[in-house]
Amino acid sequence: MIINGVQIDDTFAEAFGMRGTRIIITAQNHKWANIAAATMTGFATSVIACGVEAGIERELDPSETPDGRPGISVLLFAMSSAVLTKQLETRMGQCILTCPTTAAFSGIDEGYAEITRIPLSKNLRFFGDGFQTSKQFNGKRYWRVPVMDGEFLCEETTGMIRSVGGGNFLILAESQPQALAACEAAIEAMKQIPNVVMPFPGGVVRSGSKVGSKYKALIASTNDAFCPTLKGITKTDLSPEIESVMEIVIDGLSDADIRKATRAGIAAACELGAKNGIKRISAGNYGGKLGQFQFHLRDIMSGEAA
Amino acid sequence: MSALTFKLKLQTAQRIDVSPLTPDFLAGNSATDIAATELQCGNQRLRADAVFDISGDDSSNIVFDGANGKLDFIGSKMQSGNITVNGDAGAYLAFQMKKGSVTVNGNAGAYAASGLAGGTLHIHGNVGDFLASAIPGDKKGMKGGLVIVTGNAGDRVGDQMRRGIVLIEGNAGAYCASRMLAGTIGVMGSVGEYVGYGMRRGTLLLFSKPALHSTLQDCGTHTLPFLSLMFKSFRNLPTKFATINKNRVQRFGGDLANDGKGEILVFQ
Repeated sequence: MIINGVQIDDTFAEAFGMRGTRIIITAQNHKWANIAAATMTGFATSVIACGVEAGIERELDPSETPDGRPGISVLLFAMSSAVLTKQLETRMGQCILTCPTTAAFSGIDEGYAEITRIPLSKNLRFFGDGFQTSKQFNGKRYWRVPVMDGEFLCEETTGMIRSVGGGNFLILAESQPQALAACEAAIEAMKQIPNVVMPFPGGVVRSGSKVGSKYKALIASTNDAFCPTLKGITKTDLSPEIESVMEIVIDGLSDADIRKATRAGIAAACELGAKNGIKRISAGNYGGKLGQFQFHLRDIMSGEAA
Repeated sequence: MSALTFKLKLQTAQRIDVSPLTPDFLAGNSATDIAATELQCGNQRLRADAVFDISGDDSSNIVFDGANGKLDFIGSKMQSGNITVNGDAGAYLAFQMKKGSVTVNGNAGAYAASGLAGGTLHIHGNVGDFLASAIPGDKKGMKGGLVIVTGNAGDRVGDQMRRGIVLIEGNAGAYCASRMLAGTIGVMGSVGEYVGYGMRRGTLLLFSKPALHSTLQDCGTHTLPFLSLMFKSFRNLPTKFATINKNRVQRFGGDLANDGKGEILVFQ
C-alpha cells in the first residue's frame, strides 16, 4: 500500500489492555487549568518508569464543565487498577490540590459497559484536617477542602474503565526535520480525536525500544533495527535513504478510538508525502505474542477496521 | 388508568393515620382491598371507604382531595410513586420516605420530612414546626432527598438534620438549623432567633444577615465554587432557588459550642 508516495508497511502495532480514567480539571481560566493539567501529566510518558501514561485530551468550554469554569480533560492509563488508583491519588495531591483556583471532577460516568469508581478526593479530603465538608448534588458527592486560596472542590470519585495502551506507528523519513514535521502534522490531526492521548513529549518518541538488552539489568533497550546510524552494522529494518525514524504512541479508552487516531495520524503524515521526504510508515510489535490488541496499518488505512 | 383518588368525606374529632395509603402498600390491591384498608383514627380503626370516597385505579399515583390537617403520615415510608394532596396535610408528612414524590397544594403540619431519606417533597404553602427534624427519641432528622416549601416554615427547621436539601422560599421560625448534623437548608426570607443553635455541621444559606449568637463567628466574605455547582443542580427544580446564580457569600462558622463545623452563608 502506498499513499502519496509513502509506503505503508504490511505490519501491525501491538497494544495492551490497560486501565484508564478521565479527570476534568477546572480553574479560574484556561491558563491555570492548563498549568494544572500539564503538571499532573508531567513525567507520565511510559509505564516503564512513570507508573502511568497520561496526557491532555482537550480544552473544555465553561459550558462543558460541571462548575461552569474553563477546563481541561486529562486521560491517565496504567497497567493495573491498583497502580492507576495510587498514581491518581499522588498526582491529584501534588499537582491539582496545590495548583491555585483548581477544582477536579470525574470524567467518566456513563457510556461504558463496566465502570469502576476509584477515589479522586476520597482520601485527599483528609488534608482538610477535620475542616473538610462534603456536599451531595444529583447523586454525586463532592468534597470541599479549605486551602489557603479559598476552597478546593473535588468530586469524591471518578470512573475507571478497561482501555488500551501502546497503539503506535513509526514515521520513516529522509531527514530528521522532515520526520519531525510529519510527526507534528500527525499529532495535530490526532488531537482532534476524542478519548486518546499521545503521552510522549509533544506526542512523539525518538527512542523506540525493543524488548531485552545485552545488559541483564535492563528489560528494554534501543530499537537498533530502526536506528539509522547503525544501518551498516546491525540487522537493520531501514533502507539506505532513511535518515530518521520517529514514533507516535497512542493510549485510548477503547481500541476503536486508537484505530481512529492511528488513521488520522498516518493520513496527516502521508499528506506531506514522499516529496517532503516521508518514505515509510511502519509500526512496533512483539511478533503478536505479548499484546491483546493488534492494529494492522493497512487494514486501518483501507478503512476496513476503522 | 386514572389516579387513585381519596376524597375526604368524614370529618373526625381525632386525627387519622393514613400511612397505609401509599403506592407501595396499595400496589396490586383490588378496589375491594383498598376500600377495606384499615386506618387508625383515635382509638378506632376505620375502613378507608368510611373515611374517603375512593375512585380511580392507578395506585402509583395517589391523590387526596379535600384533605385537611388531620391526615397524618401521608406518604409515610413511601418507596415509589407519587402522592398529591389537594388541601392541607397533617403531621409527619413524608415520614421516613425513601423514594417518589409528594406534592401538597396547601399547608402541612409538624414534623414534615422527618426521617426523609430520598425522593422529593414539595409543599405549596406553609409548613409547621420541626420540618426535616428528628422526632423525639430519634438521633437524626432528614437523611436525604429534597424538600421545597413555597411558603413559610415554623420553628426548629432541620433540627438534627443529617443529609439532603431543604429550600424554603418564605420565612423560617426560631432555632432554624438547630443541632444540624449535615445537609443544606436555604431560606429566602427571614429566620427567627437562635439560628444555628448547637449546629454541628451542615450549611444554612440565607439572603439577609440574621441576629447571631456569640458562638457563630464571622469567617469573612468568600467566593465559594461549590455554590455554582449546587445552584446548577437546582436549575430544573420548580422553585425560585432555580434562578439563583451567585456564589459570593459571607461565611459564619459554628456553633462553636458544639464542634463548630457548620456554616451560615449569607449572600452579598
